Parts: sequence; structure tokens; C-alpha cells
Amino acid sequence: MKIIVCIKQVPDTTEVKLDPKTGRLIRDGVPSIINPDDKNSLEAALQIKDNDPDTRVIVVSMGPPQADIALREALAMGADEAILISGREFGGSDTWATSYIIASAIKKIPDYDLILCGRQAIDGDTAQVGPQIAEQLGIPQVTYAQKIEVNGDTIIVQRQYEDFYQNIEVKMPCLITAIKELNEPRYMTPGGIADAYSVKNVTVWGFADVPVDPEKIGLKGSPTNVYRTFSPEAKGMGRILDGSDRNTVKELLSELDNKHLL
Amino acid sequence: MDFNLNKQQELMRQLMREFAENEVLPLAKEIDETERFPEETVLKMARNGMMGINIPKEYGGAGLDTLSYIIAVEELAKVCATTSIILAAHTSLALGPLLKFGTEEQKRKYLVPLAKGEKLGAFALTEPNAGTDAAGQQTTAHFDGDRYILNGSKIFITNGGVADVYIVFAMTDKSKGTKGISAFIVEKGAPGFSIGKIEHKMGIRASSTAELVFEDCAIPKENLLGQEGKGFGIAMGTLDGGRISVAAQALGIAEGAFNETVKYMKQRVQFKKPLSQFQGLQWKVADMETEITCARMLVYNAACAKDEGKPFGKDAAMAKLYAAQTAMRVTTECVQMHGGYGYTREYPLERMMRDAKITEIYEGTSQVQQMVISAAVLK
Repeated sequence: MKIIVCIKQVPDTTEVKLDPKTGRLIRDGVPSIINPDDKNSLEAALQIKDNDPDTRVIVVSMGPPQADIALREALAMGADEAILISGREFGGSDTWATSYIIASAIKKIPDYDLILCGRQAIDGDTAQVGPQIAEQLGIPQVTYAQKIEVNGDTIIVQRQYEDFYQNIEVKMPCLITAIKELNEPRYMTPGGIADAYSVKNVTVWGFADVPVDPEKIGLKGSPTNVYRTFSPEAKGMGRILDGSDRNTVKELLSELDNKHLL
Repeated sequence: MDFNLNKQQELMRQLMREFAENEVLPLAKEIDETERFPEETVLKMARNGMMGINIPKEYGGAGLDTLSYIIAVEELAKVCATTSIILAAHTSLALGPLLKFGTEEQKRKYLVPLAKGEKLGAFALTEPNAGTDAAGQQTTAHFDGDRYILNGSKIFITNGGVADVYIVFAMTDKSKGTKGISAFIVEKGAPGFSIGKIEHKMGIRASSTAELVFEDCAIPKENLLGQEGKGFGIAMGTLDGGRISVAAQALGIAEGAFNETVKYMKQRVQFKKPLSQFQGLQWKVADMETEITCARMLVYNAACAKDEGKPFGKDAAMAKLYAAQTAMRVTTECVQMHGGYGYTREYPLERMMRDAKITEIYEGTSQVQQMVISAAVLK
């Protein structure tokens, strides 16, 4: 099998703040990580490879040159190849332009069976790029996968809903988006880290390497306009009720009653 | 001169930090209290390819440099000094001499499974009457045609009792002094080889520290490591490398205690302000940060010297001397800054302070490091 995994390098949002004046992310000094859901999608691909060593896992990311280290991390976890789509012309792209660029790049990779993406990135939280890549490529998509199983030329996906799940069998090639319940991502290995900087490589595809219409990328190719961003006002501290279930439930009910919420 | 880690070393730190926080930290308190050897952690390190970080890939290792391995020991020691020394004794003291002095056959038979983490290694030099005076070996190895017969005992052996392969030093010719010492590869279960007393210690309590007993223990002659009579040089060369890893352990202990204290200072309020706003404590923080940075520079410098193939004995001794002193000073100060809480087992500071002390003692006491340094200066 040939599997393409799309990953995004994101600021670790547990450490991120917004500039109150500009409404932009303050990225200085904030560590960058592989988007957590994307790590689950990579793990899913690597598990398929564990069962079928002939599988080839190609990681693709679009971002600035610094995203190289996120791809090296993916290689150190066990991916075979890495492609970084990077160029000034791509800057300012919204999810629509981004998925168009990534899909155009993927069209250059022949004979893939499966594309795996994380459900959504922790910086933008849109959950749009994965599904849009599938639309751009004209292949079926299954989102919110909590379990996947390869079955010949199809994949059986268990989709998570709030209070139930749905089993879907989909023919490959297709695109699946992963959620964190899908698996527990593995660690890199020291040997993998050595390989990521020796026998393996990150191939950079610039503007000239990806067949795109210049009008459909970057800021001008992006229909999204951000009206305003702001930090939500901090709410008061919550309260944790300690004790036996009977007592805490009683206390909770009386508290809700006092606040006229019941 | 470049003081920055390269990207590969940065990824190594990221990996070991994640591993230490997720897999090692949750056990640190429990294994210290119960003196339980953390087999499951060793298994996880083996599965994740961490038991031969600086061993070439052709011998089952990861093929990274010494500095990457040193970073691993440092990151583990930040949360659990015990776990860091299990890895350090295995890697520096067992894999180190096998890689440097082993024959191709010995490397295939012993180094490969050790570097893959299928087996655990240990190093046995110290005896009841041969500590700092390592030349006073009383264990003997008598050659009887196709095998060596070992008699004697070793004490304070890290990973003793849990290791599968031991590098053991013994006198093959007592009349020659240090030139009569030889090194041997001894497998667990060798006839006449048994484990004696297990020590109960002040710190690194979950690390197994054992006595090894040899009673007419027969070792195939192929298990002589290096040449007969060259054992003392092998031991000293191995300890030079080991000292960098103990220095890294000491550095990690100091950093772990310091990080806890910085966090505490921002939270703990006395006299209506957090501890971080008291100038007397700020000065302590400044001194500790400076000392830790000095220690880190010395440790990384020694690791880089080893990687570059330069003589590094003095660098390693300075790194160990200073990092161990720093670990002791910083952990003692951090307990003090936590006050009564620091003295309780609710916080990890008292454990870190107990763990720090051994770094001034094993793999050459601080006084031995001073001997090594001054001998290099005054030669």
C-alpha cells in the first residue's frame, strides 16, 4: 500500500497567547509541535505498515521552512518519505487555497491508496483541510475515524459521533480523518532520529514544483476574510466537589437550585 | 565554536523528555519508596531502541553520537535518577568496553543483543578492598588450557543481579600489579557465578546494587576482553566515558530539582507575595541557574571531545566533579527553599537530594576526579 499522511506544524496551544492589540498569535518562544490529531493519522499509517511491511508511508506538510523538523519527527517515528510544500507564494492561504495546493501536490504522487489527515488542527480548529483535499481530488472521504481496518481494496472505518458510532466500508483510494481515540501515537526512536537525518530526507516542493493556478493560492486565492480575532474573556474558577457521590450530587443539586438553574 | 545543539540532538531531547515525563516520572516515587527495580521501564526503553543510543547501527544500536546519549541520561535524571543510571551503567560501562575492545565475534555475540536491549549489561571492578584503589584487585582468574577460572567477589555493582552480561576484572598475574589485571565477559548463569548481598541505599534506591560472587567460575577463553594484562587500561578508559554519563545524571538531577523549585516559587505565597518576589531567593535562583549552566557546558564539552576523538579524561573528570557538586548544592538549596514541604515525601525534592549524593561517590569519588584533573595539569 502507499499511504499519504498530511501533517501540520502548529504552535503548542497550551503555551500560546493572543496579542490583545492585533488579535494575532504571539508565536515567539512558543514551541512548535506536530498537530496532535495528525500524529494519530500518522500512527494509523505506521500500524498498517507494521502489519504489511511493503507499505510506504509518505508524509506531506505545507508550511514555512521551519516545518522541516516536524517532518523529521515523522520520519523518526517511521515514515518513509517526507515532502515539504513551501514557498512565499503559498503564504496567506486559507483552508480553501491550502487544500487546493496540497491536493495539487498529491496529484504528483502516483498510485496512492489512502490519504490520512488529522480531524483538525489545534491552531485554527477548522477541520476543513482534510475534507477539502478529498473534494479537490474527487475521492471519497470518511471523517472522525476512531477505528480503521484494511480489508482488501476497501477500508472499514468506525466513525465517532457524540453518542453512537457508524461503520462505513469505503473503497480505496480514499481520505480518512483521524481523531485521538484512533490510537496512541508511538515515540520516535533514537535509531529513527539517526535515519531522519541520514538515509531519509525531506524533499521541498516550491511554487515551481506544484502545478497550481497562481490566482487560486495565497491571500488573493483565499475567499476567507477574518473579521476579528479576540481572546475570550476569562471565566471565574470552577469548583470541584469532593466526597462521596451521594453528598456531592446533593451539594450540586442544591447549588444549581440556588442559582435558579433547575 | 558552536554552543547550540543540532536539530538531531534537539529531536533526541524532545523524545527523551516526552518519554521521561510519560513513562518514567509516574513511577519515580513508588520505585524509590519500595526499592523496586523498574523492569517495565527497561523493557519500554528496549522496545523504543534506547539501550544502545551511541552504538553503531551495524551492532544493533541507534548510531547517534555521545552527546545524544548524554542528553538521554540527563532527561531521564531530571525525573528519576535511578532510571538514568540503569541506562548509563548499561551503555557506558558494559557496551562501551565491548565496542572499543571486543573482537568481532564478541561484538556479534554480546554487543548486538545488549545494544538492542534484549539483554542488560553491568560492569564489575569494585571489591571490598579495591575501591578508589582499583589496582588492588583480589579476584583472580587462572588460565587452565581452554578456560579461565575466576575466584573472588565484587561489590556495589550497578545492575548487579538484574544484568545478563557482566564485564568483570580479575588478576591473571598477581606479580605484575596493574599489568596483571584482565577483563572478562561473564554471562548470568555461568557455573560458579552467583549474586550475593543486595545493598539498601540512601538514594537511587530502585537501582539494583549487588555483590557478585565467583567460586571456581569457569569462563571460556574466548570471553577474555582485550588482551591478557590489559584490563586496568580497559577499566580506566571505560570509567572516563562513564564519568560523562554520571556527570549528565548529576546535571539532570540538579535541573529537575531546580525546575520544581522555580514552579513552586511562583505558586507559594508567604507574607502576601509569591516566593519569586523575595530578593534573597531571587539571588539563590541566579546562582543556581549559573551553576547549572556551567555544569551543562562542562558535560556537553566532555561529550563533544569524546565524539571528536580527542583525549577527554580531564574533561570528563571536570564535568563529573563540578556537576556532582552542583547537584548536591542545588538539591540541598531546593529542599531548603521548599521548607517543610521539601523535607516530606509529598514533594520529590528530598528524593533528589538523596539521589544527588551518589554522583559525588561512584565512578570515581570527587577526590579521584581532583586527582585526575591535577595529574593532567601538573604532568
